[in-house]
This record gives sequence, C-alpha cells and structure tokens, in this order.
Amino acid sequence: MESIGLNHFLVVSAILFSLGIYAVVTRKNAIMVLMGIELILNSANINFVAFSRYGNSGLGGQITALFVIILAAAEAAIALAIVLNLYKTFAHVNIDEIDKLNS
Amino acid sequence: MNLYDLIFYLFAAITIVSAVIVVNAKNIVYAAFSLMFTFFGVAGLYVLLGADFIAIVQVMVYIGGILVLLLFGVMLTHKITSVDIKTGTVQLIPALIIIGIFAAVLVGLMYSTHWATKPAEIPVTTTKSLGNLLVTEYVLIFELLGILLLVAMIGAATIARRDGEK
Repeated sequence: MESIGLNHFLVVSAILFSLGIYAVVTRKNAIMVLMGIELILNSANINFVAFSRYGNSGLGGQITALFVIILAAAEAAIALAIVLNLYKTFAHVNIDEIDKLNS
Repeated sequence: MNLYDLIFYLFAAITIVSAVIVVNAKNIVYAAFSLMFTFFGVAGLYVLLGADFIAIVQVMVYIGGILVLLLFGVMLTHKITSVDIKTGTVQLIPALIIIGIFAAVLVGLMYSTHWATKPAEIPVTTTKSLGNLLVTEYVLIFELLGILLLVAMIGAATIARRDGEK
C-alpha cells in the first residue's frame, strides 16, 4: 500500500463534495440543504489546505481556507434568518412546497 | 503502513461515515450531531496537513458556531412537543444515479491524476506566519471580511425580526 499523498486527501474531499451535492438536491428540509452546503464548503477547504501543503505555494491556501470559514459563518447566519422567516410565513420549511415569493 | 497513514485512514473514515449518516438520517437532530463528527474529522485532516491554526478555527467556528446555529434553526422551526422532527426526500433515485456517476468520475480523476507535488517546508506552527500574512499581503481582504461580517450580522438581525418591532 502506497503512503499517503495528495491524492488521498483529494479523494476524501471528492467524496465529501458528492455527499454534499446529494444532500442539497434530495432533502426537503431547508436546514438539511444548509448542512449539505456546509459539507461542500468543507470539502473545498480540504482541497485548499492540501494543495497548500503539497504544492509548495506558501500559506496562501491556508489563508483562503480561513476566508472560506469566515464566509461560511456569515452565510449560515443569514440563511438561518431566512429559514426562520420562511417558518413564520409558511409554518413549515419544506422548500419543495414553498412557491410564493410574495405572500 | 506507518502511524501517519493509520491516523489518516481513521480521520477519513470518521469524516466520510458520519457524512453518509448526515445525508441519510431521517431525524434532523441526528443529522446535526453526526455533522459534528464530520467537522471533527475534517479538523483532524487539517492537523495531518500541518494546518494547526485552521484546525482550531474549524473546531471553534464550525462546531462552536455554525453547528449551534443549525441546531437553533432545527429547534425553532419544529414544534418540540411533536415527535415529528423528520425530513423527507425528493427525487431519490435519479439523484442517486447521477451523483453516483459524478462521484465515481471525480474520485477516479482525483486518484489517477499525477499531481506535480513538491512537499513544502511547513513550519511547525503556522499561526505566526498566518497572522503576518493577514496584516500584510491580505490586509484588504481581511478588512473587507470584517465589513462583510458586520453587514451579515445587521442583515440577519433585520431579517429575523418580527414585524411591528421597530
């Protein structure tokens, strides 16, 4: 068995990305869709850090991963506020039944 | 197989198994708690990649912040008294087929490509270098992200406010 290299981290990240896409496209609940988005952002972050480690390009990848984490925090706060508003309007958060922009 | 490989496989297994539970769990609370193990596994992968500061930030922001926010969202959008904290799925079979093909292609591509790797001299602790980079080379993005966080905070408070509260 070969030793751990860049490929192994990229494979983990690819699987995580596919699972995130799967959660986004199949789940009805808006919060589950958010969890899928978090999985996708995490897989992108693994790629950034792995290429920063094996690409010998300095710490730029790690800085970018830090920025992605900050953006994910802001995104989660805004998305949760929108979900709470949806619940106030429709009394559920199933995004396949929400078809009105102006209630 | 040395210790590094063993720990990598351990963290990769934790990450992927708990992520599978996240996307398949019927109960949202179970999915949220499983997501915690996914974040821990990813933090372990960061440590293996020599990114200690990113790993700590991952644990603090994702597990301490985003996961708690998600759990708040679950609790506030479901009636706690009813046991029905469940979630349905749509388009399960077509999604399984297409995502399966997509994942197979992606994993095959990632595994078979011969990446031109050049192992870098990663310092033992990255915190000092990251801090230096943040206030020199990336200072504009740093400031912009500060403004973005302020705007996001005000926006979230405004959106979630009840009508009539001025």
